[in-house]
Parts: sequence; C-alpha cells; structure tokens
Amino acid sequence: MKAEPKVAGERRSHGLGSEQLGLFLYQMMLIRRFEEKTGEMYTKGKVRGFLHLYTGQEACAVGVVNALTEQDKIVTHYRDHGHALARGLDPNRVMAELFGKAAGVSGGRGGSMHLYDVTKGFLGGYAIVTAHLPLAVGLGLAAEYKKEDSIVLCIFGDGSVGEGEFHEALNLSVLWKTPVVFFCENNLYGMGVPLKESLSTDIPKLAAAYNMPAVSVDGMDVLAVHEASLKAVQHCRGGKGPYFIEAMTYRYRGHSMSDPELYRLKDEIEQYRKRDAIERLKAYMIEAGQLDEEKMASIAERVEQTVSAAVEFAEASPQPGIDTLYDHLTKEPADG
Amino acid sequence: MVEMRMRDALREALREEMIRNPNVFLMGEDIGAYGGSYAVTKGLLEEFGEHRVRDTPIAESGIIGAGIGAAMGGLHPMVELMTINFSFLALDQIVNSAAKLHHMSNGQINVPLVIRMASGGGSQLAATHSHSLEGLYAHFPGLKVVCPSNPADAKGLLKRAFRDQNTVIFIEHTANYALRGEVPGDVDYLVEFGKANVLREGTDVTIVGYSGSVHQGTRAADMLAAQEEISAEVIDLRTLRPLDIDTVVESVKKTNRAVIVEDDWRFGGFAGELSAQIMERAFDWLDAPVARVCSKDVPLPYNRNLEFATLPSEEDVVDAVLAMF
Repeated sequence: MKAEPKVAGERRSHGLGSEQLGLFLYQMMLIRRFEEKTGEMYTKGKVRGFLHLYTGQEACAVGVVNALTEQDKIVTHYRDHGHALARGLDPNRVMAELFGKAAGVSGGRGGSMHLYDVTKGFLGGYAIVTAHLPLAVGLGLAAEYKKEDSIVLCIFGDGSVGEGEFHEALNLSVLWKTPVVFFCENNLYGMGVPLKESLSTDIPKLAAAYNMPAVSVDGMDVLAVHEASLKAVQHCRGGKGPYFIEAMTYRYRGHSMSDPELYRLKDEIEQYRKRDAIERLKAYMIEAGQLDEEKMASIAERVEQTVSAAVEFAEASPQPGIDTLYDHLTKEPADG
Repeated sequence: MVEMRMRDALREALREEMIRNPNVFLMGEDIGAYGGSYAVTKGLLEEFGEHRVRDTPIAESGIIGAGIGAAMGGLHPMVELMTINFSFLALDQIVNSAAKLHHMSNGQINVPLVIRMASGGGSQLAATHSHSLEGLYAHFPGLKVVCPSNPADAKGLLKRAFRDQNTVIFIEHTANYALRGEVPGDVDYLVEFGKANVLREGTDVTIVGYSGSVHQGTRAADMLAAQEEISAEVIDLRTLRPLDIDTVVESVKKTNRAVIVEDDWRFGGFAGELSAQIMERAFDWLDAPVARVCSKDVPLPYNRNLEFATLPSEEDVVDAVLAMF
C-alpha cells in the first residue's frame, strides 16, 4: 500500500463546475451499478461468456474519457463496459450486447469484450491483450495524414506491457508523432500475477525509454485522472506526438467471473475500498458545497432507473436472426 | 500492351493507385530508399515522398496493426511484409483484427488494407524462408487471398485490391517476379476477384494451380501433349478467397479428371479443400480420384537436391496425370 493520499477536498482547485462534477459522479455511480447488475445477470445466466467487471476502476474511465472531444477515437481492452458508458454509449444497447441481443451495440456478435459504436468514435474493446495498441498508432497516423484535429485514446492494462506489441506500438508512435494518449490502467495484477513479479521495471519508465512523456497518477481519484488527461490530450492535439499516463487503480472484483481470487488477501481489497473514487468525489463535492442529500438522492435514483431500464430493454430485445449469420463477413461491393 | 516483368507490373499498379487515390499509402520494411527486397517499390519514395512511402522498424505485428488502424481511420494502406515467412509474427493482427472486425462490429468497422508478401521456395533459402501459406490465409473467413501467376494479372489484381473495402492478402511467388509478359497500360484495367482463368483448354484432364504452381501445370500440359497425346486443361485460380469453384467444376465435368498443383504442404493444405469441393460437386463425373501434387511433408531443406525433391515439379504433375489413365 502507498501512503494514504490527501483528502480530495484539500487539493488544488480543478476548475470544474458543479455540472461537470455532477456528471463525473453520475457516470462513476452508473458504471458501478451497471457492473453490479451485470454480475447479477451473469449469475442468472442472462450474460454468458467471459465477463470482466470494471468495479473499482471507475475514476479511470470517467477521468480520461471526459477529456476527449466528440471527434476523438477510443480503442480499449476487454474490460470495456466502463469506457463505453463514460463515452456515452446507450446503456440499453450495451446491456443488450451483454445479453447477446440484436439491439446490442455489436448486434450480439461481440459480447462483453467487443463493444463498438462508431458514431461515438468508440472503435472497440479488444480481447487479445495489447492487440489494439498498434491499431491506435494507425488511427493516429490516419488523423495526422488527413490533417484532422482528432486524437486517439488507447486504454490498456498493466498486463499489456510484457507484450512485444506494446514496445512496437510505443516506438512507432513516437517515430511518427502520432496523436495517441496511451492510458495504462495499472490495477496491479495481470489476471492473478502481481505486476512486481512480471515486470522488471516501472511502467512509466518503459514509455520514457521511447522518449514519450509519461506520468503516473492516482487512478482512484477522478479529478487527478482528469487533470492529467487534459494535459495529455492538449499535448497530442498540439502535434507533439503521443503521451503516456499510468493510472494506479484497483479492481474490487476478480479478473473475470470465474476468478477464485487465491492470489490476494481480502484485507488488500478493503484497504483500496477505503480510497474508493466515488466516495472521495462525494466528499470533495460536499465540502465544496456542490452536493447535498437531495442532489445525491436524485443522482442515485437516475442511476437506478437507467440500469433497470437497460435490463428491461435487453430482456425485451429479440435474438439476432439465424438468417443474419453470414452478414458483415466482408463489405461489398468494391468501390471505384 | 507493354511487355514487362511482374515486379514492374506490381509497381505500376501501386503507382497508378497512389495517383488515383490520395488515401493510398505504403509502409513496410525497406520499401523506401532500398526500393523493397524484391524491388517492387523502387522509385516510389522519390516520386511520392516520405509521407506516402514509409520505411518501418522490423516489427511485423506493429506495422500490420498500424495498417489496420490507419484503414479504420479512413485510409487505404498497403503494408509490405517483405516475405510471407515473417507474417507469422503478425498472424494475430491479421486473423483477430483485420479478418474479424467487420463481422464482430456488426458491420460498423471495415479494414480496407492490402498486405503484400513474397512467398514460395526454390531459391535455397531453407525452411524458415520458403513458405507457401496461401492456403493458411484462405482458411480465415473475412480475408481475401490473391495470388497472381503472371504480370498482367499481378497488375490487374493489385489494382483491384485497392478498390476492395476489406483486407486483401496479396501473395507474390518469388519465382514470378522476373517473369515477363504483356501488361495492359489502361489505368482502369482491373482483374476481378473470384474469376479463375482457363489458361488453355483441354479435354482429358483438368490441372488446377495458382501463383507459382500454375507454371508447373502449363509445362506439364505441354509435356502431356507432346509425349502422351493427352489434352490437359489448365486453370489458374488467381484468388483462393473468393474461390471460383464453378469454373473448376465445369472443367472437371468435361475432362472427368482433376490434378491440383501447389507449393504448400500436402497435409491439411488448400489442395485438400479444393479436392473435397470437386468431389462434393462432381463426384459422378470423375473417372479417377482427384490427385494432389504438393510439397513433401518436410521443412524445406537448403540442399539443392533435397529442395528439388521436396517441391512439386512438372514431372510430378505428368506422373499424377498418367496414373489416371
């Protein structure tokens, strides 16, 4: 454990208005509740396949995704529900995807690990560890090539850094000065293996070795994540090439639903829960006079309604037709 | 029509497509100042500049992944992987990203990417540098697999690849690069995917090949005509995905015999797939089991004699045909 961080309210002003703080709180609470409900739906057999819950890491998604603008692109890893919700994907259609239904964001073809919504610049969860890092470089290259103002957010876990593609992507990105924010959610474990047993150095040093600016932030503090992310986005948009953020975070649940969690102690989870990002933001907002019981109750109710509605929508959505099996195998016809 | 080598025809296709579409750009190992390992991209850096002809680190997975990302971002990249042997290092990107994204995203994303690579043995490069993996790539739904046998097809198929909205695996046999042939100069000249080419008509046996093995087929047909008075029809598949099985079946129904020639290993190879499809669709017309003339099931040895003994030859094709009569 690191030293107990300062109480959020003691820190510098973030210059964020009541509306934005309220949005952050709503989104983090929505993700938390959505994941709880998803876990419940898994035990009921409504959600199948591999399911990786984001519970505990909410500050990462909400802090970084909200630093983007509409034209920016996101590629992320397979623990992707939180990023999708923070980006504003329709919770109904995300839940429908987890149910494997036709109205799901991927038409029921992707499932939990493969959420896509091109209209939101959300170009996918990637289930092969690190596979999307080179894709992010290519997306950044396209933006630069076409002189677009957009940047790419590439989110991955600490488990990615052992893969060769991590190094290939960072190197290429710096060489070609592609506008990519590499955002590492360091939750300390690659499945069950502690990072300290699988990496011989510190993660930001890897980025620094490729001459990429790199910072480490408290990933359990949404305001700290957001502040670092704004700086990273500004760097990329200014044509200065990629930027690396390591966000120190923690997942409260197992790696996936089948994780017996033999590799960590309950006490460790409790220690992190004491630093819970949602509670810290609430404390900050109360102290700043931006949250009272009435507002809190209204946010909680909205979250509850949204999640209940998502489950109802997913239940009601039809199964994809067997006659659509061969749809979208290739895109035809050829053009030109 | 202008006579040129296949490598020059490929270069002409790249040039024309880069001029036609500003979103076409090239990247790969040593494709710039070096001009490409097989000189296909020679001169393109000078003509189009570093922005559109990018040398890359030796990082196959990274550059294929970057190509996929650039394609998702609205460009039409070509990545040259130098040789197909190195594509194993990029296999995950090709199979899990390029081939699947369109389907998995329910049609939201597509990956218009051309991946060029040299293939084939016969140059004493030993086992790690002599693969023929056309059949491997044809195995994956979502990919298109193109393997020209001559300069005109090489140009027309490569230009067609840049009109596709999907990832095209474009495989060039090293023995074909120096091959000369007449090539149309028309900038709109395209060769359609999924249309096999009947190189010569015959009545007694159908010999099917693609890429390098087409030439063993045609030489065998010459020998059969001259020495045995056997009339062989020779079919060049041109593309394995999509596969023009109709042309093959139609031919077999006429000749009643089929021999498939390919440089790849026999066990689990594309010839096995083709053989099965012929038997499924033309069983009653066959006078003999479909024959496969493939590489022997060993890693290709360096030694010239051993290498020669491993790869399929025109004599092997002739023997396979004669065994049917």
